[in-house]
Amino acid sequence: MHPAYSVILFTTVSGAGFGLLMWLTLAALLHGQASDWRFAAIACATAVILIGFGLMASTFHLGRPERAWRAFTQWRSSWLSREALAALAVFPLAIAFALLWAGLVASPRLLSLAALGTLLMCMASLYCTAKIYSSLSTIRQWHHPLVDAGYFLWALATGSVLLVVLSTAFGVNAPALGRISAFFLVSVALCKWSYWRMIDALPVAYTIEQATGLGAQGVVRQWEAPHTAENFVMREMGYRVARKHRDQLRRYVFAGLFFSAALTLSGAIVPGGFGLALAIAGLLCAVLAALIERWLFFAEAQHVSSLYYGSPTA
Amino acid sequence: MTSLPDTSAPGQKKLGLVIDLDTCVGCHACATSCKEWNAQGYSAPLGDRDAYGPEPTGTWLNRIHSYEISEAGAGETHIVHFPRSCLHCEDAACVTVCPTGASYKRAEDGIVLVDPETCIGCKLCSWACPYGAREYDYDDGVMKKCTLCIDRIYNDNLAPEDRQPACVRACPTSARHFGDLGDPNSAVSRLVAERGGYDLLPEIGYRPVNKYLPPRPRRRSWEESGAEPLERRAAYGSSLSERLFAWADRMLTR
Repeated sequence: MHPAYSVILFTTVSGAGFGLLMWLTLAALLHGQASDWRFAAIACATAVILIGFGLMASTFHLGRPERAWRAFTQWRSSWLSREALAALAVFPLAIAFALLWAGLVASPRLLSLAALGTLLMCMASLYCTAKIYSSLSTIRQWHHPLVDAGYFLWALATGSVLLVVLSTAFGVNAPALGRISAFFLVSVALCKWSYWRMIDALPVAYTIEQATGLGAQGVVRQWEAPHTAENFVMREMGYRVARKHRDQLRRYVFAGLFFSAALTLSGAIVPGGFGLALAIAGLLCAVLAALIERWLFFAEAQHVSSLYYGSPTA
Repeated sequence: MTSLPDTSAPGQKKLGLVIDLDTCVGCHACATSCKEWNAQGYSAPLGDRDAYGPEPTGTWLNRIHSYEISEAGAGETHIVHFPRSCLHCEDAACVTVCPTGASYKRAEDGIVLVDPETCIGCKLCSWACPYGAREYDYDDGVMKKCTLCIDRIYNDNLAPEDRQPACVRACPTSARHFGDLGDPNSAVSRLVAERGGYDLLPEIGYRPVNKYLPPRPRRRSWEESGAEPLERRAAYGSSLSERLFAWADRMLTR
C-alpha cells in the first residue's frame, strides 16, 4: 500500500495527543485535582491541540476536504465514520475535564466523571482508528489482532514520553513516570517485534491463480498489462518496499524506541535544564520511530488487487 | 446510507455481467466504449492526465488484462484475455466502509454506485475492494466505478437494443452478457449454469454478482495431436488434385 503521509502524520500526532490525555485522566482518577492549575491547563491544551492538528492533517488526503463533515453520518457501518465521531466527542469532554482538573470549576465528583468519560472516548477513538485497518480482509498484514494492540501501545508510549517532557518543563522530576514511559516504549518494541515475526511467517493468502480463477488450467502469469503507464490501483495498492530497506527501517524503529526509553528514564531523574533536554530528545526519538513504523505499516501491506497486475501472491 | 440492502428475498433482481473468457479476444473495445459513454454520463468526467505525454494516466471503469497459462506437461502456453470491472457484490465492503454514504448498493437492482456529489475522496472503498474495481479521479477528487451504465439500461430515449451497458453493446465477439442474475431462468443465469460460470475470489466472501465463464479446453496443436502435416499427406494422396499438388511441389522445390 502506498504510504499516505497525511495519514501517517495524523495517527502519530493524534495518537500522542490521545495517549497524553489518557495519562492525564488516569492521574486525575488516582490523585484528584491537579496541584498546579497551569500545568493542568497546558498539558490538556497540548493534548487537545495535537489531536486537533492530527484530525486536520487527516483531511489533507481527501479529494474533497470541504465535504469532510459528511463523514460523521455513517457510524452504523463504517469504522472511519465512528472514528470521526469518537474523535470529535473527545473535544468537549477534554475541555470539561481540563476545567475541572485545573480547579477552575470545583467538583470532585464531576471531575471523576469527566476523567472517565474522556478516557473511554480516547480509547474508543484509538480502537476505531485501528479497526479501519484491521477490519480489511483484503490486506493480510493489516487483518491482524496485533494491529489494534499496536495503536493503543503507541499512543500510551508516545503520550507518556510527552508527559515526562511536560512535567520536567515544570521543574518536576517524576522517576516513576519515567519508568512507566520506558515500560510502554519497550512494550511497543515487543509488540512490533512479534507483529513483524508473525506477518513474515503468514502463509500466502491468495495467488494470481485464485484471483483469476484460472488455476485449474495451469500456472498463470501476467502476459500484458491493461495499460502502458501506472494507474490509481497500481500506485495506491501496488506499492512495495524492498526487503533490504524494510529490515533496515525495522532496526531504526527498535533503535528509536530504546534510545527514547533510555533518554526518557534519565530525563525524569536528572534535574534542571539538562533533564528537560534529555526528555525532549527522548520525545524526538519516539516520534521518529513512530513515523518510520507507520510508513512501514503501509509499505509492507500487500493488497489482493495487486494480483491482477501480475503480483504472484498477496 | 451505507448499510447494505437485504437481497435475500427469492427473485430479488441482481443486475450484472457475465464475461466469457473463451471468446474474449482482448480488443479493448469494451474499455474504450465504456470510457466514451461514461466520460459524459453519470459521474462524468473521467479525468485523464498527460493523455498524450510519456506517462498517460486516467480513470477507467473497465480494464482488460491478458494472462498466460502454462499447462503442466504441455509444450505451449495459451493466452486468456481478462476484462475486469466492478462485480456489484452482494456483500460489498466498499459500501459498508464508506464514511459518508456516498457509496451505496441499490435495493431495487443491486447496482453499486458512488454519489459524486457526496463522496469525499478518502479512497477507503478502494482499499476494501479485492478486485481493484474502484479508481480515484485525480481531477474530480472523488471515486469512480462501473455504474452498469445505469443511464443507458433504463433510458427510454434509447432504442430498446441500446438499453444495455456500453461494453456489452460494443463487444464484437459477444463475450459480454448483461442481465438479471437473480432470476434463475434469465438468459445470463442459464449461460452461467451451462458453462460453469464462476465467482472471482469467492474465498473473500463478498459474493460478487458478475460471473466469469471459463475458457473451454484447448485443442492440441497438430504435433501433439498426431495429425500428419499437409505436405506429406499430399505426397501420398490418391485423388487427382492431391497428386497434382504433390507433383507441383516436387517441381517447384527442385
